[in-house]
Amino acid sequence: MAGWLDKLWIPAIARSLAVSMRHLLRSWFGRGPVTIAYPEERHEAPPGFRGEHYLKVDDQGRIKCVACFLCATACPAECIHIEAAPAPWDAREKYPAVFDIDLLVCIYCGMCEEACPCDAIALSPKYYTCTTSREAAVLHRDRLVANYPAERGPAPVSVAPIRVGDHI
Amino acid sequence: MADPIADMLKAPPDAAAGACPSGGGGIVMATADWLVNWARRSSLWSMTFGIACCAIEMMAAAAARYDWDRFGIIPRGSPRQSDLMIVAGTVTAKMAPVVRRLYDQMAEPKYVLAMGACTIGGGPYARHGYHVVKGVNRILPVDVYIPGCPPRPEALLEGILTLQRKIQATRGTLKGTLLNP
Repeated sequence: MAGWLDKLWIPAIARSLAVSMRHLLRSWFGRGPVTIAYPEERHEAPPGFRGEHYLKVDDQGRIKCVACFLCATACPAECIHIEAAPAPWDAREKYPAVFDIDLLVCIYCGMCEEACPCDAIALSPKYYTCTTSREAAVLHRDRLVANYPAERGPAPVSVAPIRVGDHI
Repeated sequence: MADPIADMLKAPPDAAAGACPSGGGGIVMATADWLVNWARRSSLWSMTFGIACCAIEMMAAAAARYDWDRFGIIPRGSPRQSDLMIVAGTVTAKMAPVVRRLYDQMAEPKYVLAMGACTIGGGPYARHGYHVVKGVNRILPVDVYIPGCPPRPEALLEGILTLQRKIQATRGTLKGTLLNP
C-alpha cells in the first residue's frame, strides 16, 4: 500500500544509495578495484564464446573442410567466400583452394559452425581483433587454420555427429 | 605478445641513431616529434559517437571495469574538443552527412576508430541493405577497424592501443611548422 512516505521517494532513494554505498565499501575493503587492466591481465572468454574463426585439420594434418558451401549459404551476412578444388587426398572429393572470411562483414553469429556437416569450422574465444587496413581484416585459409586456440589443447579429432558447442 | 606500453615508452629509434626523419631537423627535431606524438597519443579525447548497439560496449569500455581513462581517453560531447571519433554503430545513409559534418568540425589532428561490423563494412546489411553505408571509410578516413558484432570492450581497448602505436610511430609530425619549416 503506497502511502505518503513512498510518494516522497525517500525510501527508494535511501535504498539506492545503500546499494551504491555497499559497492563502494566492497571496493575499499573487499575484493579491491573491479578494473581489469586490459593489456596486462585478460579476461578469459567463457566456453562457447564466439570470437575469431578457425578451420580444423584432421589427425593427418589435412584440412577438414570439404568445400560444400553450406556455411557460405547459411551465413546471414554472406561474408564467406570459398573456391573449391579437387582434393589431393582420396578420402574426399573437394577441398577449399580459397576460404576467405571477411571480418568486416561477419557478425559472429556462429551459423557457419552450426551448418558445417564436417565439424570443420568453429569460432575461437579470441575476441581482441583489430586492424589498421581493410585488407588485413579478410582472413584467408591458412590464417584460419593457424588460428586454432592452442591454449585449448590439441585440436579435437572426431567424426561424431555435430552438436552445438562440440568444439569446446 | 610484446608489452604495447613499454614499446611506446622506448626512446625514438631515429633519435638514438642520429637520423633525421623529420626532414633535416636531426636529433633535436626527432625528439621533439617523439614528444609531440607522445602528447597526442596520451590524451586522446574521444567524440563519443554512439549511433547503435556498439555504443553499449563503448560505454562499458568507459566504465569502471575496463576504464579507458587509464589510456587518457576522456569522452567529450562536442566535436570541437575531440581528437578521436569512435564511430560505434550502424551508419545509415541518412546519418552519413551528420557523421561527416561532425568529423569536419573536429580540430586537427583527428583520428577515426570504426567499431563493429555495421560500421566497418556494413555487417548484415553489406549485401542486401539499401540504407546502410557499406563501411564508414567511404565517408571518413578510418585509422583502426575493430571487427565484432559488437566487439568486446577489450577489442575497443586493443584498437585504442593500436591507434596509440600508430600515432607514436608518426615521423615528421612537426614538419611544416615554425619549429621545422
